[in-house]
Amino acid sequence: MSKREDLGKYEPLSYFQLMEVSLRELLVEKGVVSEQAVRTALEDVRGRTPERGARVVARAWCDPEYKARLLENGTRAVESLGLDVPALKLVVVENTPQVHNVIVCTLCSCYPRMLLGIPPEWYKSRNYRSRVVREPRSVLAEFGTKIAKRVQIRVHDSTADMRYLVLPMRPKGTERWSEERLASLVTRDCMIGVSLPKRPR
Amino acid sequence: MPQVTDRSGSAARAQYSSELPAEPVRYAPGEQVRVRLTAPLGHIRTPYYIRGCNGTIERLCGAFPNPEELAQQRSGLPAQPLYRVRFLQKDVWPAYRGSPADVIEVEIFQHWLEPA
Repeated sequence: MSKREDLGKYEPLSYFQLMEVSLRELLVEKGVVSEQAVRTALEDVRGRTPERGARVVARAWCDPEYKARLLENGTRAVESLGLDVPALKLVVVENTPQVHNVIVCTLCSCYPRMLLGIPPEWYKSRNYRSRVVREPRSVLAEFGTKIAKRVQIRVHDSTADMRYLVLPMRPKGTERWSEERLASLVTRDCMIGVSLPKRPR
Repeated sequence: MPQVTDRSGSAARAQYSSELPAEPVRYAPGEQVRVRLTAPLGHIRTPYYIRGCNGTIERLCGAFPNPEELAQQRSGLPAQPLYRVRFLQKDVWPAYRGSPADVIEVEIFQHWLEPA
């Protein structure tokens, strides 16, 4: 008998996968939620990507008046771009030549999901959470981000109801760029504060 | 130099206001505070590393239901004012090796703060 190579690799469900399936099927069976509602919620989650945050940053780079509103009340400012951000209380922190900001949640994994989607694994790791608060410069260096000692580092621990987004500095050499093109420079990691937007060549 | 505390108009001064009944606001931006050094049981949103540290009120975020009460299936009302408090890293970690100007900011509920 020849070995089938076209079946893919099947592995048993992990603990959490099994728990998710069991819980979901029970909730549907008992009529608490519908399959449709679960699917819609998942689509919403998958539809939220860092491109949403990048749009906000690019607008702030192009429009000083918008930037002022964003720093004053982040939620209202992102809603004015037509972004739906239920329950988000957003604090936007601005990088300047004097200040570099970086975000963490030491207690769990609070993250501006409405603007950046699902947090990366490392953001939830004990390593990042415990070290970035006490040795931010070393952790940033591990991400390839070297911050000069004359620049103040501000670590933001989102321990309660606020969610944070870093507004990076606009790279030099992009003066004539359109908002859409600028947005392409803004990565998820720039908005967490562990990375900087790349300068165009 | 700490600013004079304004005990009125809390909602208007908060970054995010809410309609919930709330505790009166006790601290104003610029004021020096200390985080209570205590270890009650329960769902506490004040990290251990910051307890007992001295810092400065950076802003009033708003007032939110007390998470310690919410975790016990209670209403969490009256809502507790929530502040961003700024600490010098060298005060938090005695062996801190970055710049002496580096800071860490933490959200702390009012009932965890006392005047410094």
